[in-house]
Amino acid sequence: MISIINHNSNSTKIKGWSVLFWLAVWEIASRLLGQSLLLASPLTVIKRLAVLAVTTPFWQSILFSLLRIIGGFLCGVLFGTLLAIFAVNHTKFEELIAPLILLIKTIPVASFIILVLIFISSKNLSVMISFLMVLPIVYTNVRNGILETDRNLLEMASVFSLSRFKKFRYIYVPQVFPYFQSACSVCLGLAFKSGIAAEVIGIPTGSIGEHLYNAKIYLNTPDLFAWTLVIVLLSLTLEKLLLALLHVCMTYIERG
Amino acid sequence: MNDIISLNHISKSYQGQSVFSDLCLSIPKGEFTAITAPSGYGKTTLLRLLMELEKPDGGTITGLTGQKKSAVFQEDRLCENLSSLTNIRLTASKSDETHILTAMEQIGLYDCAKKKVSELSGGMKRRVAILRALLADYDILFLDEPFKGLDKDTKDLVIKYTGQHITGKTVIFTTHVHSEISALHVKNTISLPELSGH
Repeated sequence: MISIINHNSNSTKIKGWSVLFWLAVWEIASRLLGQSLLLASPLTVIKRLAVLAVTTPFWQSILFSLLRIIGGFLCGVLFGTLLAIFAVNHTKFEELIAPLILLIKTIPVASFIILVLIFISSKNLSVMISFLMVLPIVYTNVRNGILETDRNLLEMASVFSLSRFKKFRYIYVPQVFPYFQSACSVCLGLAFKSGIAAEVIGIPTGSIGEHLYNAKIYLNTPDLFAWTLVIVLLSLTLEKLLLALLHVCMTYIERG
Repeated sequence: MNDIISLNHISKSYQGQSVFSDLCLSIPKGEFTAITAPSGYGKTTLLRLLMELEKPDGGTITGLTGQKKSAVFQEDRLCENLSSLTNIRLTASKSDETHILTAMEQIGLYDCAKKKVSELSGGMKRRVAILRALLADYDILFLDEPFKGLDKDTKDLVIKYTGQHITGKTVIFTTHVHSEISALHVKNTISLPELSGH
């Protein structure tokens, strides 16, 4: 049986003192360099963030990127799951899409971004890119979960002539959910990183990626760091929210 | 021939090893039949054929069409992440909660209805599996060494409860413990070694 609560059980806890240590290293390095353009100090970054946070475009950009990346992520999760269910039931279909899935997995994200840019507008580029990053992982995990479903339980279901719904709800869902859960938590971070990377290359107006791009053009490290901090915070908050949501789902599934 | 399940000239082998060859057997419906044999004589294979989880290599089995089945397998085969109540309710003919809770108390399962199966002890899991089978809506009940792993007192309690709840049903029971057969007042006993010619 797979333990449901295996998330992050092996990772080292982040301690406050170690964070302070690295912040201090950062501060000292920036003072030694003496060039706030090349390496902004932590304080400068916070100040810059505070200035940005009271402007409307700041929040508009966050909304712009957030909606698209989450949109792509959700589509990827949905399609990945549906494809996996379909593929397990139709071997020929599974064989047919196997090369495609492998291709999506192995092609570097940058190549994808350029390729997709040729066909769709940069405005919705990040939707497509995060979708493409999420799809194969969710597909593979959910498919493996279904294939790993306890054969003994399936035999039990057949002897008791359980309905398709009961089999799905009480045997497949609880057994596949841990696979789905781990795919989701891996994919959210990935969707964020690849989505923002796509925006930096495609530079859609009013996106977080555009601000990062401008920071590069104007050698503006305070802006670069401030926006990076925003991305990290967004990604962490969303991951926490997602895990909480998945936990609620799990409780519901197990309550029966 | 509607009142018997009949196995005609059944042969079955696994990886070249013959388990049965030309096995003929009649099991009366509506009665309690015990199949005894030491380990390795194909008791479980026979049950798997009857449960239609496997097809015989040769021969036919008649009398199973349209029969609702229920079973206690050698393993518990419970959904570990679900509560014991949900597990029982999954197959129960009456999903009424108080009915199930009363039954659970009768075989010594107190205060564990809402607990996940994975948190239960081996003996408790076994009893949940037995109750799931007994409360299901069935015509034929398969019991594959159902009382294995239960301690003496619990076993007596569970055997008594089982005996009260299977009257008039077709029950096929495998064991190699003879005291279980006498405790359950089994009418027919089939000894596999004699039949399969070992």
